[in-house]
Amino acid sequence: MTARKSERLMNLVICLLVARTYVTKERIREVVDGYRDQTDDAFEKMFERDKDELRDLSIPIEVGHVEKAFGDEPGYRIRRDLFALPEIRLEPDEAAVVGLAARVWQDASLAEATSGALRKLRAGGVTVDTRALAVVEPHVDTQDAAFDPLWQAVVTRTPVRFPYRRPGAEPAERHLEPWGVLSWHGHWYVIGHDRDRDGVRMFRLSRVDGPVAKDGRPGGFVVPEDADIRKLAANLQPAAEKAEATLRIRQGAGVVLRRRALAVVTGDDGWDTVTLRYAGVWSMAEQVCSFGTDVVVQEPTDLRDTVVTMLRALAEGGAE
Amino acid sequence: MSQGAKAQVERLLALVPYLRDRGGVRLEEVASDFGVTARQITQDLQVLWFCGLPGAMPGDLIEVDMDALEGDGVVHIDNADFLDRPLRLDAHEALALIVGLRTLRDVGGPGERDAVERALAKVESAAGDALAMADQVDVQIDRADETVAVAVSRGLQEQRRLRIRYLVLARDETTERDVDPLRLVVAEGRRYLEAWCYRADGQRLFRLDRISEAEVLDQPASPPEEAQPRDLSSGLFQPTAEQLLATVDLDPDARWVVDYYPHESVEDLPGGGLRLRLRVSDPAWLRRLVLRLGGHARVVDPVELAVEVRDEAAAALAAYS
Repeated sequence: MTARKSERLMNLVICLLVARTYVTKERIREVVDGYRDQTDDAFEKMFERDKDELRDLSIPIEVGHVEKAFGDEPGYRIRRDLFALPEIRLEPDEAAVVGLAARVWQDASLAEATSGALRKLRAGGVTVDTRALAVVEPHVDTQDAAFDPLWQAVVTRTPVRFPYRRPGAEPAERHLEPWGVLSWHGHWYVIGHDRDRDGVRMFRLSRVDGPVAKDGRPGGFVVPEDADIRKLAANLQPAAEKAEATLRIRQGAGVVLRRRALAVVTGDDGWDTVTLRYAGVWSMAEQVCSFGTDVVVQEPTDLRDTVVTMLRALAEGGAE
Repeated sequence: MSQGAKAQVERLLALVPYLRDRGGVRLEEVASDFGVTARQITQDLQVLWFCGLPGAMPGDLIEVDMDALEGDGVVHIDNADFLDRPLRLDAHEALALIVGLRTLRDVGGPGERDAVERALAKVESAAGDALAMADQVDVQIDRADETVAVAVSRGLQEQRRLRIRYLVLARDETTERDVDPLRLVVAEGRRYLEAWCYRADGQRLFRLDRISEAEVLDQPASPPEEAQPRDLSSGLFQPTAEQLLATVDLDPDARWVVDYYPHESVEDLPGGGLRLRLRVSDPAWLRRLVLRLGGHARVVDPVELAVEVRDEAAAALAAYS
């Protein structure tokens, strides 16, 4: 029965928490209601399971030795300083933003984790209002099925394996030590040590094509000290804009291109000459094409050629 | 059943210091703070009744004032000094809250940022070992022009009307609009101003990085009553049946489109391509997308749009010959 078991677990926690020193199993059995009437075997099993469940709640149960006349005996305790939430006082405006932060996660398991954190803060004497109307409302979506298991794997440092689909290829199983997860442009990625390729790799969660399975024990790997998720993620950011292009843009058009122009020379034929910097030929060519007849590349040649190739494909498209 | 006991113990360990700290609290308020039913809290209290110091002599047990509970609906406990603090945050909780706060810091205006920084410092110091984990998660929100961000934030805080210059990318035009700001939302990694727009005479979302100028007007914001923050949990773009349903074929090189745009259905094509069906609110948007894909995508339906794309490309090509 739930109530009886909850009582026993609570009394076990209190017993270990108030003890000045390690408490032997024998003593625990004597003083915690619910153990006394068990057979030796049943008690052993029950006690082991109870400890595991409390540890699942992140209750730090320590094992030590109690000196006895006929040799040491194992004992247990919970150190109050490791158990208790440290003193925390929030000003009203701080409490308000903590309430807001709790609404950031759209994912059920993370929303529950923040609620759990808030329950503890409230129990620690903090008043948090989560219903306040907010003028700033950041939402972080985690719709990928792979998110929860990968987040858990990152938190518990558990190696994982999962089927991964690269664009235009069949899914293949990958083995990863997940160091961290990150969101960029609203898309989630996991970054870590790829055991198959023996190097740091990044995987997009929306391309994980099946269940994420544990591939080792919790704590099964160490994140290198110098592994900086933010820096590694910088590989995701657009490359530096090095190349320079000269474009002819119809007056009144190409607004987004004009916003990043280095120089605009107004022509008297209804067209302006715009110079700007760009990072990759392909992405720049895509952008030029999206404006159709309103933007023409003058220089450089490779950009011009790429645009011509793309426009030719578009003009022939659907002809078959 | 065992999951039930674990969840109950977790709640009880917070409930005891919570009640100890507050004297008497109304049952409904406790239930709401803990996100469970009043019945559940009553059951929790019945368990607490049997918990206390080892030995469980009458004076050792936690006292629950059942008279106050049954009579006035007020929860009151006593003799629980040994559980005066809640359990510390576990890694999962600390991580979720810290990353949430960091996200808020990155998007908030100067008004919020200061409070977030202070709250973050306190929560981080209370998180203990779990803090080390917080660097394993990173949520990056797109940048926005700082002067625009500051003006928008001021408009929201002072509830004043804003005049913005806004780029409508699908139509390649910049528009000037007076808007009453409702809130700043972050969704799919980008910031949006949700506002009542007097030009469109309706509620709109404006991507912050597409606002080139924002001016705070003297006029106070007075949005009509129907202007209410929308529920965005099902996505920013909410397709409706009135919108055009288009069919587009994607080459393997353009498969990424599926990851970026909401769609009605997707099916595999021989050779690794995909056939995508999606709702489109403005055909100009789809035309631009297909042009951008430079031949790696073809409009199948509506046919007029396919012809339009082809003619536009042919005309653009003429400029290079």
